[in-house]
Amino acid sequence: MRPFTYARPDDAEAAVATVGADPGAVFLAGGTNLLDHLKLGVATPSSVVDLGRVTSTAITELDDGGDGDGDGDGDGAARSSTTRSGLRIGAGALNSDVAAHPLVRRRYPALAQALLAGASGQLRNMATTGGNLLQRTRCVYFADTTTPCTKRDLTQPCSAREGWTRYHAILGASEHCLATHPSDMAVALVALDATVQVLGADGTRTLPVAELHRLPGDDPTHDTVLRHGELITAVDLPASPIAARSAYRKVRDRASYAFALVSVAAALGVREGTVADVRIALGGVAPKPWRATRAEDALRGAPATDESYRAAARAELADADPVESPLGGNRFKLDLVVGALTDTLRRLTEEQHS
Amino acid sequence: MTVLDARVMGTSVRRVEGPDKVTGTARYAADQPVDAPLHLHPVQATVARGRITGLDTGAARAVPGVVGILTPDDAPRLADLGDPELRVLQHHEIHHRGQYVAAVLAETPEVAREAAGLVVVTVAEEPQVTAFDEHSPARHPAATLANYAPPTSGIVDPDAALDAAAVTVRATYTTPVQHHSPMEPHATVAAWDGDHVVLYESSQGVAGARDTVAALFGLGEDDVEVASPHVGGGFGAKGSLHAGTVLTVLAARTVPGRAVKRALSRREMFETVGHRPATVQHLALGATADGRLEAITHDVVASTARIEEFGEPTATGTRAMYAAPHRRTSHDLVPLDVDPPTYMRAPGEAPGSFGLECAMDELAVALGLDPIELRVRNEPEVHPESGVPFSTRNLVACLRRGAERFGWSARPPQPRASLVDGWWHGTGVAAATFPAIRFPGSTAVIRFRHGRYEVEIGATDIGQGARTVLTQIAADALGVPTDRIEVAIGDTALPRGTVAGGSSGTASWGSTISEAADRFRDKWGDDPEEGAEADAATPDNPWAGELSMAAYGAQFAEVAVHADTGEIRVPRLLGVYAAGRILNPTLARSQFLGGMVWGLSMALHERSVVDPRFGHVVNHDLAGYHIAAHADVREMTAEWIDEDDPYVNPMGSKGIGEIGIVGTAAAIANAAYHATGVRRRELPLM
Ligand SMILES: Cc1cc2nc3c(=O)[nH]c(=O)nc-3n(C[C@H](O)[C@H](O)[C@H](O)COP(=O)(O)OP(=O)(O)OC[C@H]3O[C@@H](n4cnc5c(N)ncnc54)[C@H](O)[C@@H]3O)c2cc1C
Ligand code: SF4
Repeated sequence: MRPFTYARPDDAEAAVATVGADPGAVFLAGGTNLLDHLKLGVATPSSVVDLGRVTSTAITELDDGGDGDGDGDGDGAARSSTTRSGLRIGAGALNSDVAAHPLVRRRYPALAQALLAGASGQLRNMATTGGNLLQRTRCVYFADTTTPCTKRDLTQPCSAREGWTRYHAILGASEHCLATHPSDMAVALVALDATVQVLGADGTRTLPVAELHRLPGDDPTHDTVLRHGELITAVDLPASPIAARSAYRKVRDRASYAFALVSVAAALGVREGTVADVRIALGGVAPKPWRATRAEDALRGAPATDESYRAAARAELADADPVESPLGGNRFKLDLVVGALTDTLRRLTEEQHS
Repeated sequence: MTVLDARVMGTSVRRVEGPDKVTGTARYAADQPVDAPLHLHPVQATVARGRITGLDTGAARAVPGVVGILTPDDAPRLADLGDPELRVLQHHEIHHRGQYVAAVLAETPEVAREAAGLVVVTVAEEPQVTAFDEHSPARHPAATLANYAPPTSGIVDPDAALDAAAVTVRATYTTPVQHHSPMEPHATVAAWDGDHVVLYESSQGVAGARDTVAALFGLGEDDVEVASPHVGGGFGAKGSLHAGTVLTVLAARTVPGRAVKRALSRREMFETVGHRPATVQHLALGATADGRLEAITHDVVASTARIEEFGEPTATGTRAMYAAPHRRTSHDLVPLDVDPPTYMRAPGEAPGSFGLECAMDELAVALGLDPIELRVRNEPEVHPESGVPFSTRNLVACLRRGAERFGWSARPPQPRASLVDGWWHGTGVAAATFPAIRFPGSTAVIRFRHGRYEVEIGATDIGQGARTVLTQIAADALGVPTDRIEVAIGDTALPRGTVAGGSSGTASWGSTISEAADRFRDKWGDDPEEGAEADAATPDNPWAGELSMAAYGAQFAEVAVHADTGEIRVPRLLGVYAAGRILNPTLARSQFLGGMVWGLSMALHERSVVDPRFGHVVNHDLAGYHIAAHADVREMTAEWIDEDDPYVNPMGSKGIGEIGIVGTAAAIANAAYHATGVRRRELPLM
């Protein structure tokens, strides 16, 4: 057996201190990802620090400049341009609770849809907001300790590049790793300009979700920019009128309970047949939730038509680098991004007409 | 042959062990309470071919709680039965990735697993081939097929007939490796007492399991006891013993007096218990301009294992389906360094019907003929290859009834005709068949005690409802209500029963019980004395060889394909079957629907991705190996034609366990073509 210590601290500072003190320590939230990795031998922590009593499960309104849970971390500055209130989601809030929350559903439908498109009812009842953001890739070689993987071990080669890449990246990958980040929720959060509240040994910091995950470059072992021992305490959604006209579209190999081949989170504002404002993030295509800024730039001011949507998708894919492999490759994702983005934006356009 | 009067046969008698199952009190193999069992964890090969040159077990032995370690150097010896898969720890050769090369026995599963991870195996790796390529130089004609049919068949000159035909369709269809992975993994509890071993085993046939264990260990039949009271699905993977069971019994041999308990991990379910091999199917159909088939050829290349040949009988169903004067079927095999393939629900018919029934659809398109009409025009009078008459064959009735139920007449003849809310909709049809099999070799005993009839036969209930349906058969055969029948199955302490496989169970065991009931009533009348007893072996069917006996069916599918993304959904499936007398409508519907769901999975999802560099299935769990989720299964209906077949067996029943999967994938693929005008010939479609 691989012995590890288990701690269940009472507050965030203690949790951060405990993990910070042991380079082999990990946080445990719902465990739906971490426990699998313990069983598979992918994660071999020396201590496990349970967040059960640590992270907030609350979903609260954020007034401009105020901060909802009273921990006074001054994150208001990040939203100084917003008027009405945004939303703070405690890192311990369950995926199912966030998806069902009336304010989430009304103000950020893409987020509710993304959560409901993920995993299964049972898993969503366990999975937390923080854990969902930090879940690790589903690359089959990563999850199998008998196949080499650079993300698991920097000294090993990547098995995926010449292998099964159906679920792998076409954007932002490196020769060392082309695994995708699997979270649906994170894609919606990136499109909705959400930020994460992080508590570390040196205090708190705020970080856009779009900057939380990192591209693999020559070190795929770190999925995010978080330092060891840093704890996600909350996710903040800024007030945003356009977010109410958002949607999440997930294309997968079966109708439910499968990770995205390609997914789209989008928010769209159309005025007089022209795209006034737009937010797009893509899932299943990159090592991180992919904010599609090129597509957004191409769309602002463009006619709200299928042709524009397709052109925007192609603009985003200009640097795409699909993999050809004996097991099928992932070139199909190019067309899939175009199709899924067009379908999503078309539907959002139609909703605004009706 | 007696034909039974149906009183309770044909009614939906409730599943006998239903309450036990829904209350969680039904005990499956690994649930069996045994005293202080030891646990086993295997060490598995991480290369597909090679030779073990060293095994260092030092670190593993040092783990507290380890009781023993088995390696090829010191494991008890087994007899060589000529089945390489069963030669567990008997040699140093590695034949496939995942092969068991050592095992650790320990007080807890955790310790066993930890120690197994510490065993260091050194291997001299040899070049391996695990990628299936029909052009492989190792390709050769199959020596045998798994259903014992001849590997090739041919009549007259199909190639010339194809060249001369007014309309010809030639196409190649492929199906991937697929795995059964039933909900309950293979599990074994084994305890030795001297030269006597008792097993709880998740098996489709206790007698076969006993025979294999007895032969391997050189024991007499009576020295091996096997019980399989409940089985959580087998689908062919539990039809014969695999290496995992042998390993557990072998390990238990080293700790006499203590039970060893082991359930396979989900990953092992993709490594050591067999699979459906990949197929490449070359189909050619030649027809007259008015749609009468002149020639059918179905030439198959399938994967197999280098160590053990398994000939998937892919094209044997084609021999029975349609009339045509010129015909050929053939089966070639490409051996790979993988664990041996095995029977998987509708072996042969499932992949083969995908090829044939898609090709029929392509021919209908080429002829401009309705695909149902094409099938009707080619309905044979007698078996098209053997010339033997059919006992009953109601394929056309199934097609017609299905067409009516499904609203076929409203179908636009041209593809890509219906776009609804961003989805292309289309419909498709396919025909299905599965032989009506009765295996010889069961014995049933009927005994009268305390006012009830005890019926004993070593049959197995793998979830299909054998206990229930045999109760119904016994009741009608003895002319009493079901509450006077007590059926005992699933144990070698009972008279021998044949395997629950080949959709043969009900026919084989039911015929045997019916025969025993005849003898019982002849001997004792209908008012027997306490302890009255009679037995019988499975009677031969006097019509065997004289008649062609099989179930038939028609599958209908509606498919929606997203215009932007190509996502495929199946809003509607209908299966209409002609399978003799349906003995229990509730159980039968569950068999048919289960088969159809599987066919849906096969059409859209199932694919074991073998990475040829490593030689294993990389999507080896149920998150990676997709089967239909609830959201994929929409409106689904199974119906049947009442069929009176006095030739098949005393019940008038044909096997129904497998036909539901036959043709379903083809109906879906044909509907996807009709929806989009794009023909896909590879499974899965998505
Ligand atoms: C079969 C299956 C299917 C799934 N399908 C989907 C899907 O379709 N879409 C999808 O998006 N997801 C899917 N998931 C993944 C699921 O969403 C994640 O497992 C879940 O969100 C993780 O949350 P958790 O609370 O259980 O995290 P845990 O497993 O507890 O933790 C995950 C990681 O996050 C770290 N962590 C957790 N909380 C914090 C925190 N507050 N601060 C810092 N670090 C933290 C942990 O140390 C760990 O490394 C699936 C999972 C399974 C098992
Ligand atoms: S893609 Fe990344 S995670 Fe997958 S095998 Fe390569 S390095 Fe590992």
